[in-house]
Amino acid sequence: MSERTAGQNGPIALLFHALVTAFIVAPLVVVVLVSFSDKQYISMPFDGVTLRWYREILNASDLLSGFWLSIRLGLAAATLASAIAVPAALAIARYRFIGRDGLMAFLMSPLMIPHVVLGIAFLRFFSIVGWTGSFGALILVHAIIISPFSLRMTLSSVIGLERDAENAARSLGASRWVVFRRVLLPLILPGVMAGWVLAFIQSFDDVTMTIFVATPGTTTLPVALYNRVAFLSDPVTTSVSTVMIVGTVVLMFVLDRVVGLDRVLIGKS
Amino acid sequence: MSDAVNDQRGRAPLFLSLPAILLFTGLLAIPLVLTLTLSFHVFDGMKGIQPALTFNHYLKVFTDGYYYELFLRTAGMSLCVTAICVLIGVPETLIMSRMRPAWRGTFFVVILGPLLVSVVVRTLGWEILFGRRGPINDALVSLHLVDGPLRLMFSMTGIVIVLVHVLLPFMIIAVWGAVQKLDKRIAYAARSLGASPEKVFFRITLPQLMPGLLSGAIVVFTLSASAFATPAIIGGRRVKVVTTAIYDEFLHSMNWPLGATIAVLLLIGIVCIVVGSNRFVERRFKQVFS
Repeated sequence: MSERTAGQNGPIALLFHALVTAFIVAPLVVVVLVSFSDKQYISMPFDGVTLRWYREILNASDLLSGFWLSIRLGLAAATLASAIAVPAALAIARYRFIGRDGLMAFLMSPLMIPHVVLGIAFLRFFSIVGWTGSFGALILVHAIIISPFSLRMTLSSVIGLERDAENAARSLGASRWVVFRRVLLPLILPGVMAGWVLAFIQSFDDVTMTIFVATPGTTTLPVALYNRVAFLSDPVTTSVSTVMIVGTVVLMFVLDRVVGLDRVLIGKS
Repeated sequence: MSDAVNDQRGRAPLFLSLPAILLFTGLLAIPLVLTLTLSFHVFDGMKGIQPALTFNHYLKVFTDGYYYELFLRTAGMSLCVTAICVLIGVPETLIMSRMRPAWRGTFFVVILGPLLVSVVVRTLGWEILFGRRGPINDALVSLHLVDGPLRLMFSMTGIVIVLVHVLLPFMIIAVWGAVQKLDKRIAYAARSLGASPEKVFFRITLPQLMPGLLSGAIVVFTLSASAFATPAIIGGRRVKVVTTAIYDEFLHSMNWPLGATIAVLLLIGIVCIVVGSNRFVERRFKQVFS
């Protein structure tokens, strides 16, 4: 009995928990609510309900083109990031070599460097080599800032993996490539896919780095949204945000099915 | 991967990581080095960036009170956000750890899920809540807690509140790692020997959570100091922090060398804090827990 009471939450703890939950959820709920407001400007207490701001999205060409650009950018950058991070993760997890810790720190460094610093570094670099406004260049730099997520998820699925199946395949004469393709990859695929989805989300959400290198032709959705939120009070921002929240919830559901959301969010294997 | 590589295990890791190394060197290391050199170039208001080199931008940042205050304000803001995240995050994580698994899973999604929602969207939500006639001021005024509406938009208080919202999940994730390793039997032993719940918390539980708490604090502090969208939207033109000042130098004043100088100092500051505190945590806790 005493063991149970010691491990249970009292009323004060539950009240605290309710307040924290409300604090976390409130701004998202408010955005969703206001997106149905029939007022001409963003304001919280409102009377009538309308879907007008959802129809207005179709007239907001900056947000629409930004959305498609962000989707294409996220798909390309997450795929490129996985293509470079998965083999690097295998190298780090499976081999002991000189500079292994340094390689790991180098590949994880985009997480530590402020995105503003990355943004100006890329802006300066692009203006020197003449890549300003290039979609391909945007894919490359997005791949760099999101590959730590793919690296981390892949590492967590490779480390702790039993090598019995691989050794068996090797001893039966399978080549190293066949072992990777037919034995190792299927085993780590959930982690690789979770890393891809996480990388896609990070690319799709990035505003701070992208705002420096975005040109009128390469304005992503978050940058277009930032420009509207920062400079005008316009209810279309709330309907677009609601669509983004719903999209995130759908992706979270997918992630939960593939690897378990706790593993993605908490990063434990 | 050909069979030739198999036999030379020494080359395999290089082969596997080469694409990543090439991309990171060409498009991360080189641009960062170029930013460092940019900060030493002479800037002319009419002619732009000059090839001549100077140390003046650093002198200006170190001697001009405006920049000095900018860094102090950013550090103060980050400390404040970190302290609040510790005060909310540690008890909240402990409360969640005591829940039944089904509830715990639900609340993990609710509390950590917003991490995956764009910061612009979350900041927009706070912008609506912070309005002069918004829900927060409505509630405060009708409960007679304040005389007039508080000004949360374009204020440091507002920025701190939103950053706590944005960064609290990182603190909970870090502390959760430590809670998982918590040996509950020690707490029970202390309780059965007559220690009060407060004493158990401060003498038994909290010290065990320290490594997680400190690593969470490092993450929250550095992400606060690097945050851009939130201070830019909530602070507007009134409250400047380091990141928004860099943005102004680059995209409004067009003084890239000065902007690069501030950016280099921000990066150095953050690297020092991360490396320094990691060293401290390792030294301090290796003896205690190994």
